[in-house]
Amino acid sequence: MVPPVSEPLVRFVNVRKSYDGTVDAVRALDLEVARSEFLTLLGPSGSGKTTTLTMLAGFERPTEGRILIDGEDVTDVPVEKRGIGMVFQNYALFPNMTVAENIAFPLRVRSVSRAETASKVARALSMVRLDGFGDRKPQQLSGGQQQRVAVARALVFEPRLILLDEPLGALDRQLREQMQYELKHLHQRLDVTMVYVTHDQVEAMTMSDRVAVFSTGALRQVAEPRRLYEAPASLFVARFLGESNALAATVKRPDDGRCLATLATGEAVTATMPTACAAGAAVHLVVRPEKILLGQAAQAAPNRFAARIAEVTFLGDQTRLRLAAFGADDFIVKLANTAGQASFAPGAEIDIGWQTEDCRALAE
Amino acid sequence: MPSPSDGRMAWSMRHGAYWLAILPAVAMLAVLYLVPLADVLVTSVTDPRLGLDNYALLLTSTSVQKTLLTTLRIAALTTFITLLLGYAVAYAMRAASTGQQRLMLFCVLLPFWISVLVRSFAWIALLGSRGPVNAGLMAWGIIDEPLPLVRNETGLLIGMVHVMLPYAVLTLYANMRGIDVRLVAAARSLGASRFQAFRMVFLPLTRPGLIGAGTLVFILSLGFYVTPALLGGGKVLMIAEYVAVQINDTLRWGLGTMLAGTLMLSVLAALWALSRVVDVKRLFGA
Repeated sequence: MVPPVSEPLVRFVNVRKSYDGTVDAVRALDLEVARSEFLTLLGPSGSGKTTTLTMLAGFERPTEGRILIDGEDVTDVPVEKRGIGMVFQNYALFPNMTVAENIAFPLRVRSVSRAETASKVARALSMVRLDGFGDRKPQQLSGGQQQRVAVARALVFEPRLILLDEPLGALDRQLREQMQYELKHLHQRLDVTMVYVTHDQVEAMTMSDRVAVFSTGALRQVAEPRRLYEAPASLFVARFLGESNALAATVKRPDDGRCLATLATGEAVTATMPTACAAGAAVHLVVRPEKILLGQAAQAAPNRFAARIAEVTFLGDQTRLRLAAFGADDFIVKLANTAGQASFAPGAEIDIGWQTEDCRALAE
Repeated sequence: MPSPSDGRMAWSMRHGAYWLAILPAVAMLAVLYLVPLADVLVTSVTDPRLGLDNYALLLTSTSVQKTLLTTLRIAALTTFITLLLGYAVAYAMRAASTGQQRLMLFCVLLPFWISVLVRSFAWIALLGSRGPVNAGLMAWGIIDEPLPLVRNETGLLIGMVHVMLPYAVLTLYANMRGIDVRLVAAARSLGASRFQAFRMVFLPLTRPGLIGAGTLVFILSLGFYVTPALLGGGKVLMIAEYVAVQINDTLRWGLGTMLAGTLMLSVLAALWALSRVVDVKRLFGA
């Protein structure tokens, strides 16, 4: 039976995993992966993202809950029967085999005929732009080439799902960026479902259709990268993805998705409030550094305050200012270095401001 | 700022000091090992008269040939059984927890502290017709007559495998520890069953360990003296015992030294042949 198109490819149903019986590595996890989706599991180390991937791969069994693939309960299906391609952080290429033999491995264990294997291996090699490298040993390739072999090996048997466990972690920055786009384009071309684990938020943003943010064993938010960045549901997500200014405040007057809040230093701020809080609730007001208006531009903003420049850092395409404001000196502003951008000097007084919709009041 | 010549002087002083430190050992080896060895080789071509007469016996004497064949057969069987058992132990050690690993390593090394002589007599006591092994088997009614377990080839093999196991286990374990277990996990995730992952990935990666352990055990087995003499019961004559007989009893020193020389040259030839196939230095951890 072909499941309906709307049926997600993967479903975690109330999954919990505990290795030692006392601490939960993952808890109360409900997560769906849509067909053809590129989903990234993002979080710091120990957040449960890798445990989630290992359970999906079949290396670990959930302590509680079920995992479904294509509507079929695979919780007790062994690794090799799940039909999932996997790419490991250290590539895990077999050093006793050539590149072609490595890629042919999943076909060999499935008893695919010689002729079919040869043509599929050749196609996989050209897919990752390694034509002619089939006879080399993995040790003779660069890190980026080895990673491409690992990818080819994971997709050569046309699995319904490909899992990638921090596959770019060992590469240098430039190569990593290049590989991000390569993987993204491969995903678009092959129309395959990929689940990707990383702790690098830029990587997650670059490649993913959706990002699932984990921390301390719990799934915090799943959303498209842009939504995650601009409408974080919690202070953790706001802080983990990009930089944020977070000001502790108390809600004074909630008003249908917005609120008026006061800071500890007395200033009144208007902000959007995604989840309703009663008057008197403690919240954090979160503003992205690039949403801050300065000088003349701040005049028209509903939130407007005085600040003093503490530090100016030139970063090439942008300038980063550290301001003394609201009783502290860690308020960050980022400005694109567009043509005609004014210059700033430390010690100068400056007006800052922001729009109500650029500031979010998030409960603790 | 140090000049290049300062650096060279420091280098030679540093390394010169190390050479001085190993000088006594080298001198002792030269006097007590190389000189007698040269004497053995010289005797083999001079006693009873100058020439290769003794070496001609390799082609003409059936008793010499029989001893050599027995030696090769016993060494090969010992190597095969030792590798099989040692592989299982090393594999289990690799998979065990750190605490268990330490305990297992201790048990593997334990026989090294007991003399081969003592161990051989222990096997005679254990395996004899009135020993606990035969007594136990008879008490359970598995056999009616005591099995001939000692003073024959069976007893000899049991004793030799026992002596050789630690060498095989340690060599194989060192090799297996260097294998990334994630490779086996990767094989499983790509669709290989447990057995396929072992046969296609793990086993080929332990090939250097198997070759190393096999060579070590085979070479050591060739020269065994005490164990064959005691556990073979005089029925299984290996080359070392044959040499001893020529030196001590029949006083045919030329024949004895020829066999010793042959054994040594065979071992060197085997090592050389091996070095053509694998990196011997790496094999033995250099």
